[in-house]
Amino acid sequence: MVGIVTYGSYVPIYRIKTAEIARMWGDKPEHPEKGLGLLAKSVPGYDEDAATIAVEALRNALKRKNIPGEKIGAIFVGSESHPYAVKPTASLIAEVVGAYKAHAADLEFACKAGTAAMQNVYAMIKAGMIDYGIAIGTDTSQGQPGDALDYSASAGGTAYIIGKEDVIAEINHTVSFVTDTPDFWRREGQRYPSHGGRFTGEPAYFKHVMSAAKMLMEEAGTKPEDYDYVVFHQPNGKFPYRVGKRLGFTNEQIKPGLISPYIGNTYSGGTPTGLSAVLDIAKPGDRIIAVSFGSGAGSDAFDITVTDKMNSYNRDAAPKVMDMVNRAKYIDYATYLKFRRMIVEVD
Amino acid sequence: MVVPRFWRERRYRYSLIGTRCPVCGTVYFPPRDVCPKCGRESVGKMEEVQLSGKGKVYSYTVVHQNVLGYKYQKPYVMAIIETPEGPKITGQIVDVDPEEVHIGMPVHAVFRRIGEDGKAGIIQYGYKFVPDEE
Repeated sequence: MVGIVTYGSYVPIYRIKTAEIARMWGDKPEHPEKGLGLLAKSVPGYDEDAATIAVEALRNALKRKNIPGEKIGAIFVGSESHPYAVKPTASLIAEVVGAYKAHAADLEFACKAGTAAMQNVYAMIKAGMIDYGIAIGTDTSQGQPGDALDYSASAGGTAYIIGKEDVIAEINHTVSFVTDTPDFWRREGQRYPSHGGRFTGEPAYFKHVMSAAKMLMEEAGTKPEDYDYVVFHQPNGKFPYRVGKRLGFTNEQIKPGLISPYIGNTYSGGTPTGLSAVLDIAKPGDRIIAVSFGSGAGSDAFDITVTDKMNSYNRDAAPKVMDMVNRAKYIDYATYLKFRRMIVEVD
Repeated sequence: MVVPRFWRERRYRYSLIGTRCPVCGTVYFPPRDVCPKCGRESVGKMEEVQLSGKGKVYSYTVVHQNVLGYKYQKPYVMAIIETPEGPKITGQIVDVDPEEVHIGMPVHAVFRRIGEDGKAGIIQYGYKFVPDEE
């Protein structure tokens, strides 16, 4: 049995309300909530980045179940905001947990690099190459001030340790779907990404999420009603409900794994953190489908069953996703600019 | 800070690894190669020990005149944290309003950016502290 052995998430404490962003840019304060389903987004502190979020998420996973560093055979960190352009985040993670014999690499695929990391570790476990591997999705995503992404681009991350012993959630099956679809991109040297506006919807998010979800259910021989929970990539608070409805899922299946209304789009952290929120409440026997989406564009889908080991697993040893969503310090737009290093000064 | 100096200290800074004297049991952070109490008896015998990251505020100050690189964080709190293992550690307390900090406040270590060597240099990571959840 290959699956999740332990998991942990981290969401920075700072939030900015989307109404405050709307005030700044002259939009109606209710616009982001009504139009995008977003109430607030998480903001990294001045001294936080994708690497510090990754470490905090991983430490939360290790509080729940400690896996010694020497047993870790792989570390993949998925992010589109790695602190360095050249110098891996994964090597920092290896140092923090003392995993000096691990295969370590950074991944980037817009918002799906975290689930790509999970698939890589899953494959290495299944191949018998390693006993345990770390997969992390983490981001402090950037949105151009005043752009639609300013309302959603947020910060957070989740770490999974995948293995084959004492598995709390078995990964029954996983598939991917990918096409060359330029819905969102950032050219080398550019500070903020660009996107294709409405083009990010139908040919990008919906096509890839639906294709991967359908392919997974076809190969696994399952139907939407076989699942207790469904987690979709959550670029806003509306797309997951819309794609869920089209695939035949109910709002009740979607809601527990949908946290973007409260913390925004954590990019590579998105689907992994939504899944983490579901694992926080799931019972043995519960079946979960998780489908990520990364612009550019692709989706990874997972069919997961919670095992009896969840009963003896120490979930309470680390803060749950909703605990971290609910502990919040609200800041104004000027403080947001300060924390995000967006104020231009003379060198 | 030059790259090699930071690199040498990375394990202590990332994971709060100190040393314990096997003769008298005293724990030191930052790590010491020799126990000042036991002298030559401890030479070559000091053991590495990972601190729990837990602690209480022993004393603190609120900094309004920042050091280089901390302008965007002021006013910020620098504190001496008393750890259950023994050592008192100096560190910043973050994610807190300065007026909330008090002596005896329970805190725990978190992993943060400590500094960076300009825009092109290395980023230094290490421990800071945040208040425990109520």
